[in-house]
Amino acid sequence: MSNVTQDTAVRTSTVTRIFIYGLLILFAAYYLMPLFVMIVNSLKPLSEITSGNMMALPEVWTLEPWRQAWSKAQIGIEPTGLKPYFLNSILIVVPAVFISTIVGAMNGYVLTKWRFRGDTLVFGALLFSCFIPFQIVLIPMAVVLGKMGIAGSIPGLVLVHVVYGIGFTTLYYRNYYAVFPTELVRAAQIDGAGFFRIFWRIMLPISGPITVVSVIWQFTNIWNDFLFGASFAGQQQPMTVALNNLVQSSTGVKEYNVHFAGAILAALPTLLVYIVAGRYFVRGLMAGSVKG
Amino acid sequence: MGFLNIKNATKAYGDVEVLHNIDISVEEGEFLVLVGPSGCGKSTLLNMIAGLEEISSGEISIKGKTMNGVHPSKRNIAMVFQSYALYPNMSVAKNITFGLEMHNVEKSVCKAALADVAKLLQIEPLLDRRPGQLSGGQRQRVAMGRALVRNPDVFLFDEPLSNLDAKLRVDMRTEIKRLHEKLKTTMVYVTHDQIEAMTLSTRIAVMFEGYVQQLGTPKQIYDTPSNLYVATFMGSPSMNLLPVDVMDGADGSQFELRIGDQVTKTVQLNGQRLPAGRYTLGLRPEHITDPESADLESGKYLMIESVVEVVEPAGADTFVTTKLQDIAVNTRMRGDIEVATGEVTEFALDLRRLHFFDPKTELRVELEAVGS
Repeated sequence: MSNVTQDTAVRTSTVTRIFIYGLLILFAAYYLMPLFVMIVNSLKPLSEITSGNMMALPEVWTLEPWRQAWSKAQIGIEPTGLKPYFLNSILIVVPAVFISTIVGAMNGYVLTKWRFRGDTLVFGALLFSCFIPFQIVLIPMAVVLGKMGIAGSIPGLVLVHVVYGIGFTTLYYRNYYAVFPTELVRAAQIDGAGFFRIFWRIMLPISGPITVVSVIWQFTNIWNDFLFGASFAGQQQPMTVALNNLVQSSTGVKEYNVHFAGAILAALPTLLVYIVAGRYFVRGLMAGSVKG
Repeated sequence: MGFLNIKNATKAYGDVEVLHNIDISVEEGEFLVLVGPSGCGKSTLLNMIAGLEEISSGEISIKGKTMNGVHPSKRNIAMVFQSYALYPNMSVAKNITFGLEMHNVEKSVCKAALADVAKLLQIEPLLDRRPGQLSGGQRQRVAMGRALVRNPDVFLFDEPLSNLDAKLRVDMRTEIKRLHEKLKTTMVYVTHDQIEAMTLSTRIAVMFEGYVQQLGTPKQIYDTPSNLYVATFMGSPSMNLLPVDVMDGADGSQFELRIGDQVTKTVQLNGQRLPAGRYTLGLRPEHITDPESADLESGKYLMIESVVEVVEPAGADTFVTTKLQDIAVNTRMRGDIEVATGEVTEFALDLRRLHFFDPKTELRVELEAVGS
């Protein structure tokens, strides 16, 4: 790389170089500081924290806070740790992401390749759902869920997230498919493929990048949701709500090390998704939005 | 009753009629070209034959069976698209056999058909590649392979060459012609390029504003255009149009032709006549040429001397602009002629190739022999 930069037009002196890198390192440190504090403090006994050494490395390294947070900590009235709530979150997120993505893809396919009278209006209405604040729909949503008999359950929460997610996923897929010529669908029609066959055999296989975008977007949004979880989950609360219950408990000693471990546990899945698929994210986002 | 019959076909979007009462009958083995500017309805008509667009009224039939309301895949047609429309996620081989697979054709039969087509189009080395890895010409071949493998009754081409560069376009044009001569399948071909239309077709339908302006062999279309639109659309550079006042003369009609700024010459239509009045005279550039290029012995030429205004050498020909009836007129001379702007030079005007049009109706007016 170094010999490449020397040939480029912009030449920078050593002083400038040091300044630039210094600034970058400073900002990186600034952004990494909270994570550092969390990790360090989750690995030391509570006594070390209360004695006032927040920034120091642990004197005694221990995984006990993590074990506590995962399986023993008092959440609400039960000493279950975050484990069962983590499972709840998985049970909510996986079907919600899957359903909203597949419905979004189907919507995008119809809105670009099987256009009908009023399709832009339908698309506009779907887009509108992206801009409705969550708080406004809480009460109507509760009524609907109650009438459907799925209030206070995981299927109910999945439905809420699917409904809210479709607007975004439809937007992604519609813009992505708009780039592909309609002739593709016509050729397949002449070849004898029907509506669903064209979707499965031709449209979905070319949707890789935008599917990554849709999955990451939906996964992080649904995983991090607190409001719907707190409102509609009943006993089967997701991770975010449980974490809140853990951290906000007003009785006993505040176990900061356990809280830090719990917070990291709650953030871990989204972090993992970004690390695995992140580089496709920007690429897919560009493909979906700019060309459309 | 033709092989492919289009009877009184109309297409309307709401109140807007875009195709009006189209009647075309295509015989088996014919190569029909639909030609016209963009927006003339030619692609819509092709899509109606394919079944991709519904027909508003009238009837389209293939092999005597009406196709109204029949699904595209059940018409036994194949289509080549402008963008090729190859499935990007499938290999070339899969692209070609996808249609057969959808029609539940046996695997072994598919394989044999694929091998035949690949050999015919010389794309055997490409079969495992993806469309994204192919050049424009190769994609074009694959798109044709996908159409050929179905062994259809009618081939439909929707401007298949317009995405190729100039040289490749000419090569592929020849190849399509060769293919047609070999297969003798009925083909309908849409283009806006009049050279493609002339070279490929056995018959041409010139379309404009949703009407078929003229339907005929390339020779008929070129030599006897039925109206001003067809006359100017076909031919490059296009036909020169001059207003003339035709009068009765001693032997047939005659008219005055103003040459340059001062000279006026009387043109005699020896032995032929028109009702007196104002006409639009059509003159193709190649029918005003240098004396060496003209067949002067026929005695059917009018020699005029006029000022050269613009010279455009094009290699094989030289296009020279001069002024007749105060209008810039394009003429075609031989390639090695030496003329310069501002010079006075001789032009030979072919009197057998005059076209007369009624300026109001824009329709062709035929000359009549005197005494008949």
